[in-house]
Amino acid sequence: MPELYLAAAPYFGWDLVRVVQELFRYAFMQHAFEAGTIVALSAGVIGYFVVLRGLSFAAHALSHIGFAGATGAVLVGTAPIVGLLVFTMSAGAVMGALGQRLRGRDVTIGLVMAWSLGLGLLFTRLYKGSANLAIGILFGQIFGITSQDVAVTFVAGFVTVLLVLAVYRPLLFATLDEEVAEAKGVPVRALSIAFMVVLAVAVSEAVQVVGVLLIFALIVAPAAIAERFTTRPSRGVLLAMVLAVLFTWAGLSIAYYLPYPVGFFITTIAFWSYILARVLSGAVARRAAGRVRPWREEQARHSP
Amino acid sequence: MARSISPAIVADGLAAAYRDRLIWRDATFTVNTGEFVAVLGPNGSGKSTLLRLLLGLLPPAAGSLEVLGKRPHRGNADVGYVPQRRNIDRDLPVRGRDFVHLGIDGDRWGVAVGNAAGNHQRVDQAIQSVQAQAYADRPIGRLSGGEQQRLLLAQALAGKPQMLLLDEPLASLDLRNQIVIAELVAELAGANGLTVLLIAHDINPLLPVVDRVLYVAHGGVAIGKPAEVITTEQLSRLYDAPIEVLHDSHGHMFVVGLEAESAHHDA
Repeated sequence: MPELYLAAAPYFGWDLVRVVQELFRYAFMQHAFEAGTIVALSAGVIGYFVVLRGLSFAAHALSHIGFAGATGAVLVGTAPIVGLLVFTMSAGAVMGALGQRLRGRDVTIGLVMAWSLGLGLLFTRLYKGSANLAIGILFGQIFGITSQDVAVTFVAGFVTVLLVLAVYRPLLFATLDEEVAEAKGVPVRALSIAFMVVLAVAVSEAVQVVGVLLIFALIVAPAAIAERFTTRPSRGVLLAMVLAVLFTWAGLSIAYYLPYPVGFFITTIAFWSYILARVLSGAVARRAAGRVRPWREEQARHSP
Repeated sequence: MARSISPAIVADGLAAAYRDRLIWRDATFTVNTGEFVAVLGPNGSGKSTLLRLLLGLLPPAAGSLEVLGKRPHRGNADVGYVPQRRNIDRDLPVRGRDFVHLGIDGDRWGVAVGNAAGNHQRVDQAIQSVQAQAYADRPIGRLSGGEQQRLLLAQALAGKPQMLLLDEPLASLDLRNQIVIAELVAELAGANGLTVLLIAHDINPLLPVVDRVLYVAHGGVAIGKPAEVITTEQLSRLYDAPIEVLHDSHGHMFVVGLEAESAHHDA
């Protein structure tokens, strides 16, 4: 679609106001920014807990299960998002019910994931539509998003963020210290299920932006980077949300000017930011360790 | 106050079971308010199960149980709990202070709004009471076992409980730290009038601080002063097997014959 507008010779230069005006000149870009931002916010907040709970792979698998759902929905004549939500939410509820037992089940999760992709392949073939449908679901189609999609995404994203904030403290408690949380009356099993269902909604939204295969970039990468720089959960959540939004904005902006897919730019930014974060946080940790060591020695000396 | 005259724990004919597997039965004992009780016994004898009953996480299979004058129930703010510690991930990006904070409001819905300053003060107090100020702001996974144990104790104390249930807080600590932590728990319990049940493997670091011993073994429970319970006759009767208790010149007690018994019991 961008090719249509390229004839207008988009402005790019040091005048940032004009750059922003240029980026928002067309409805498809406005929609992309609107949907991308709300998706990034929900991906960031839920991503923090995904990484903290060690569920990155499960989140990745959920998106693949969503691929079977989306292609299946098209096959029976409904919107892909409906199939995405039904499949990911059902699978999420099962995963949530398994709770801690889900950990270390890489083989089982991987097999379900592979089979889901296989099912999606079958549904795509049965539909006899163009491969564009599958490509769109696999890699995202943020520039093709309609104002109606934006409205749906906005509601889903808003609900996701609100739900996570509503269970923030008990979810953190159950994540960090499940046994004490349970004794304190926190409904850990119900929270585990609720969390996975909310994650399923967030994954289904994010599929629109980066697609099934690239979901790691929006849900896991910002949170993983945030957790390298702060040891305060509240700051970690905020930083993950900010990073997810920045990655999305940067990816969309670059893709506006260059004739390459937005998913490529978002994943590239996420990947290199993570590498940079590892290098930087390693340096920070070494400096901190240098500061801490004298105290340790002092402590050892004073002990009887 | 009522709690000073009423006992902290009353068990009468109590039995514990997981589904239809009986763990122990016929436990009748009373723990008084402010008492420090060590819970001893071989692996798999049902020590942690007793704590689960007291926390209301497991209903009694038979008999009755009262904790602080009420039937045990989940979410009892008067009971502080430190579970047996699995390893905390070294890279867990969370400070010890955040763990302590969860002891105050971790069970409330939503995000923290209002009264933030008051809660921070309570967190500071709890951290000071276990003398963990120096490392409370570092990632908890990077701390030593003793340091983690202090912060987890602070988490339990931050909820201002009347009773502490501690599951093997001395495990994986060196002998010196075992004594230090045992004394710290006793000191805090004395200062705050807390009743303490502490599960341990070795009675010796606890001998200076403990009031009574609750022995869980071979499907039964016995309670009494250490010198009364940890005897050749008592333990042999409890285990229904020849057990010998030896004493060294410092008054330390050594139970001999348990290893074979617990191995047989687990098999």
